[in-house]
Amino acid sequence: MLVNTIHGEMDDSLLEKREGSVDNDIEFTTWTEYWLDDELVHRSAHVTLKTSPFTALEGALLG
Amino acid sequence: MANTQSLCTSFLGELMTATHNFGTAPVRAVTSADTFKGALYLASATINAGTTVYTTTGEVTGTGYTAGGVTITNATAPTATNTSATAGTAYWTASASVTYSSVTLSTAFDTMLLYNSSQSNKAVGVYTFGSQTITAGNFTLTMPTNSASLALIRLSTT
Repeated sequence: MLVNTIHGEMDDSLLEKREGSVDNDIEFTTWTEYWLDDELVHRSAHVTLKTSPFTALEGALLG
Repeated sequence: MANTQSLCTSFLGELMTATHNFGTAPVRAVTSADTFKGALYLASATINAGTTVYTTTGEVTGTGYTAGGVTITNATAPTATNTSATAGTAYWTASASVTYSSVTLSTAFDTMLLYNSSQSNKAVGVYTFGSQTITAGNFTLTMPTNSASLALIRLSTT
């Protein structure tokens, strides 16, 4: 598979693939990195938001 | 039967579609939905509830990223759901993931500002996530479920 890198498209067989993830109350995030020797040549990330800031409204009570 | 004081849930939904105006509203050329955009901000920036308008201050820069960010897909109108005599929620969520394709963003970023590009870039919401960098890759922000409890924008009476 070809991977877009800072050096152009490279075959993934030439690269070291590293993956990671974070899962908490706010997000589920995954990322994929490709390394050429000690150089990071590609990094993509995918953040899935689980929720968002909540806004509560209240009208003034009469009487 | 009895009467109960509350803001009307329909009103919450109508706030999201500019139906009511208690002050001075901008003149609208069309009745269709506005265009909303998402801009990314550095982890070192100060974007918060006090932000009133899109700003380039603190915005990410890098190969493949255009200042102002990308247009948000808005194919689903806001929904207003009443749950009791005193409670209800109006909500809206972008109808597709927000994707920044083939970018290199070398300085850590952790925020997307949602803003209204049809109304002088006025700010809507600030959404934060774990700090990221992107190298010759894609950054995708998938929206939460469009529901009364999880949607991206929720106005609620309790």
